[in-house]
Amino acid sequence: MPETIEKVAIQLKVNGKPHSASVEPRMLLVELLREEFNLTGTHVGCDTTYCGACTVLMNGVAVKSCTMFAAQADGAEILTVEGLEKDGTLHPIQKAFGESYGLQCGYCTPGLMLSTYQLVSENHEPNDTEIRKAIAGNTCRCTGYQNIFKAIRLAGHSMKGA
Amino acid sequence: MLSQLGDDAKLLAGGQSLIPLMKLRFANPSHLVDLNFIPGVAYIKEEEGAVRFGALTRHAEIEKSGIAARIPILHDCAAGIADTQIRNRGTIGGSLAEADPSGDWAAVLLTQKTEIRCLSPRGERTLPLAGFISDAYTTLLEHDELVSEIVVKSPEKNSGGAYLAFKRSAPVYPTASAAVHVAMEGDICRDAAIVLGCVGLVPVKATAAEAALRGGKIDDKAVTAVMEAVRTAVDPQPDMRGSAEYKRMLAAALVKSAIAVAARRARGERVEVSHIYA
Repeated sequence: MPETIEKVAIQLKVNGKPHSASVEPRMLLVELLREEFNLTGTHVGCDTTYCGACTVLMNGVAVKSCTMFAAQADGAEILTVEGLEKDGTLHPIQKAFGESYGLQCGYCTPGLMLSTYQLVSENHEPNDTEIRKAIAGNTCRCTGYQNIFKAIRLAGHSMKGA
Repeated sequence: MLSQLGDDAKLLAGGQSLIPLMKLRFANPSHLVDLNFIPGVAYIKEEEGAVRFGALTRHAEIEKSGIAARIPILHDCAAGIADTQIRNRGTIGGSLAEADPSGDWAAVLLTQKTEIRCLSPRGERTLPLAGFISDAYTTLLEHDELVSEIVVKSPEKNSGGAYLAFKRSAPVYPTASAAVHVAMEGDICRDAAIVLGCVGLVPVKATAAEAALRGGKIDDKAVTAVMEAVRTAVDPQPDMRGSAEYKRMLAAALVKSAIAVAARRARGERVEVSHIYA
């Protein structure tokens, strides 16, 4: 191993804002978001590519930010849970999760909302099979998922025509 | 570049197998060369009776591709690998080059006429997929060589394939998987390919099971013989996903279901299947 690790300069957009950073090649995207940018809404649940708590959108599609290097996000547009709210108004997905009681402890919620974002951007009226498939990579240990399904249907409905 | 960086350097495609292995310190490359910034290496094209996949084509792109859907077994595989997030990153070329014993693509593509185009400083060569994976995590690729394209020949008329994988939940590797392709002539199975995944160090081509299907009707007697041959052919390791005996029985059951779907597709029926999970 080299004694000093050469850093990689990257530029990316996070929640619409341009950022630049100098990162160790080994740094994960989720570490960059949480530790450098202080965007701690993105969680680390399992750190083994299983639970989906670290899900963010990269260039419009859901990815597990614990399974990407920060350097790989060079030039990318990232959306985290902090970017959903606009000028103090909750995003329809956030409202739907609240109104449908689609969360309890809240640990998995940011990841689930971003998986929901990809789904309802493509399909405003997902059926149960489509919802199940879209959130199969997000583990929730509290709710039993029923209210999350309700929240996703409501979010799709609210975003229709938006 | 790889030859300059030394033996410990590795290529990074989608990273959905390699990065988890690095976190567990099972892989510890001195250098990673990220292929994701190379333009023009993700595509799906149909030409000259074959479908060609750029090595960095994501599973999600294959899942949504109308061209890939014309060979339904490819859609079965692409639509069910892990979960949405992993399918958005993972690539078909990376899956084959990584040669994880639990990977999905190798078993599926071994039932098709598949060629791998490889690129190195010495030029390009085309290898048949059969024999490309020589051991767990080991392929015929030289250290400074990469997969550039995967070519799948269009299957002949009156033939059909199906892929079924059983997993305990979406994001995990399957416990066992079965890829089946049958070519029919009326009621008679003229040719068959049966490959099992996750039940050996490399995908298991069940030649005795194929022979049991070939040349006769696909009836209960033939399927029973195939299942027996599959149980003998596979060599699963007992682990947290199940005992060796359980995996043998599971592989045989998946083959039975996959044969039924493949035979219906060979008759032109549309049948949707994919990975099975709770």
